[in-house]
Amino acid sequence: MSTTTPEPAQLTDPSREVRTVVIKPSKGMGLLNLGDLWTYRELIGFMTWRDVIVRYKQTFLGVAWAILRPFLSMVVFTIFFGNLAQVPSDGIPYPIFSYTALLPWELFSKALSDASRSLVQNSNMITKIYFPRMILPLASVLAGVVDFAIAFVVLIGMMFYYNIAPTSNIIFLPLFILLALVTSFGTGLWLSAANVAYRDVNYVLPFLTQMWMFITPIVYPSSMVPEQWQVIYSLNPMAGVINGFRWALLGTEPPAQTLWISVGVAIILLISGLFYFKKMERQFADLV
Amino acid sequence: MADFAIRVEDLGKRYRIGGQVVKYRTLRESMTEAVRRPFNRSKRNEPSGAFWALRNVSFEVKQGQVLGVIGRNGAGKSTLLKILARVTDPTEGTAIINGRVGSLLEVGTGFHPELSGRENIFLNGAVLGMHRSEIARKFDEIVSFAEVEQFIDTPVKRYSSGMYLRLAFAVAAHLEPEILVVDEVLAVGDAEFQRKCLGKMGDVARQGRTVMFVSHNMSAILRLTEESLVIQKGNLVLRAPSTEAVSFYLTSGFSQEGHKYWLEDEIPAEAAPFRPIAIRIQSETGTISETVRSTEKNYVEFEYELAQPIAGLRVGLYLNTSLGEVVFTTFDTDEPHKFEQLATRPAGHYISRCAIPGDILNEGRYILGVNASAYRVKRYFQDEQALTFSVDSTGAPGKQWPEPRLGPIRPRLDWSIETVKNGTQR
Repeated sequence: MSTTTPEPAQLTDPSREVRTVVIKPSKGMGLLNLGDLWTYRELIGFMTWRDVIVRYKQTFLGVAWAILRPFLSMVVFTIFFGNLAQVPSDGIPYPIFSYTALLPWELFSKALSDASRSLVQNSNMITKIYFPRMILPLASVLAGVVDFAIAFVVLIGMMFYYNIAPTSNIIFLPLFILLALVTSFGTGLWLSAANVAYRDVNYVLPFLTQMWMFITPIVYPSSMVPEQWQVIYSLNPMAGVINGFRWALLGTEPPAQTLWISVGVAIILLISGLFYFKKMERQFADLV
Repeated sequence: MADFAIRVEDLGKRYRIGGQVVKYRTLRESMTEAVRRPFNRSKRNEPSGAFWALRNVSFEVKQGQVLGVIGRNGAGKSTLLKILARVTDPTEGTAIINGRVGSLLEVGTGFHPELSGRENIFLNGAVLGMHRSEIARKFDEIVSFAEVEQFIDTPVKRYSSGMYLRLAFAVAAHLEPEILVVDEVLAVGDAEFQRKCLGKMGDVARQGRTVMFVSHNMSAILRLTEESLVIQKGNLVLRAPSTEAVSFYLTSGFSQEGHKYWLEDEIPAEAAPFRPIAIRIQSETGTISETVRSTEKNYVEFEYELAQPIAGLRVGLYLNTSLGEVVFTTFDTDEPHKFEQLATRPAGHYISRCAIPGDILNEGRYILGVNASAYRVKRYFQDEQALTFSVDSTGAPGKQWPEPRLGPIRPRLDWSIETVKNGTQR
């Protein structure tokens, strides 16, 4: 293959900002080229905004759904797990114990399922126009933050009701939100890219989220998990997120050293997801 | 600055056969393939079911040039544009693009039905690579071009299809990249809107931007471009001034004798169980000829075989002028009673014969396309340029004046001339 490399001096004219793009078959892993995401940052904003406002269009209850979903789950969990099954809740009233966990969980599970379907749902864009494809799952994840913020208002109300003052550890809350987002984005990258080639992902997703919920301390406290299993248990980054939430907001036990395992797994998910996505990306338009 | 806007070298794109049919693989298929793969490693480099949609294509487009790309369906035009638009990766070769590329492979990409016209303008603009400030600046212009002022805050799902297309095109038309890659977007909307779009494209071309323009509309190609590429079966076969390229395209690949036989390799695998055999044009006396008389009745015969019965099959003809304008489309089961009678066409060897009455066509060159399909179910076979023929208008109405008559048809119409007396009508 003969490739003529253009002399850069000839091509770059800073006054007109002419960009030169070389299109060639991409081989191997390649570079992540995250700079491209920066160039398209406005589009990230637009796509997030689209996902937010489209979400509750033509629904009767509208944004109220953002509150209702975690709230109704909380009610059901309180009745069945809190009252009937008498699941312990580290001495905290069960409703607020489960709602504090449901907030990041809803954020994570909605972001994960939206992100996983994002590429397939926007296949007409993928086959017709160039933009960094990563924007699609990223916007799905970011759009979930708005729902989270709305549902958070209810938590504040509940804290007043149960007379629980947040601890000073609340300043760490954004870090746990970030951990949830990183986990869902990393997993979403894997699943959305896989979904382009294998629609099996659509069937796996509900099952996966359900299983994942069981291994996450939402309806039960993580202190119920036996000591010798704690390390394996913390391989689930969402366990770290939820323990962190309860610690920062309700003043339960501080996260153990195993939190770092959760953080490590989330970072591994993110980085491997980025590379897998990048590797699959060039086939998206042909496969989707 | 380099004097070229696009330089393409040895570009090629390989697809798996069936890529269009089998939309996606299941995990199981991939797993079995992974298990088998080590055993037939030799086949790995050249998958058996692969074909080149584009191969060994090299060309250069100068800054400010408007270049046409013509070729039949499936020739590889869209693949070329998709590679240049960075939608899909080439399998081999390189393309160097010097400047910001705007691609219009479709209008309305990224439109969301639930969003209002206003919201979609911003969203679609951003998808096409415009900055927010740029969109805001052109917002009023876009809205007035699309003629949707009244409905700008209505969700686009409530728009008529015409309004939707106008808005979609309006956003695209206000894109200001240095290089514009356009695919067939003009093949939408009513005649008036198409005229407006062509006008806009002409403006873009005059502003000194580099444009690559794919179209089946030969008059649009001739109007907008000075030079064109002709692509056949994935290869670049000609680069020439557009008039030359268009006539090469329109006359290449089929016989001049008034009939055509399809060779095995010209029939795509998807056509089965339909197999085209031949098409011919002949006069009432049965003479097969490349030139027919406009004043006489002529027959177009399409001969084909069905290996299996096909439900709802219709076999039809497209008649186009050499400028690519459609004269008419007709199917052998257009008459409802014929369609009911042949609800399922049994296997067998057929000729569908269409009589074209005398005194219809004007003189000139025409292109016959054929199509065999079941409406909304499947298109078995299509050849848009099965046959060309000439029409000789000796003896046609108005031949006492040697001036050419415009338009693809030259019907013999009834005129009556009455004298009106004393200014009072009958």
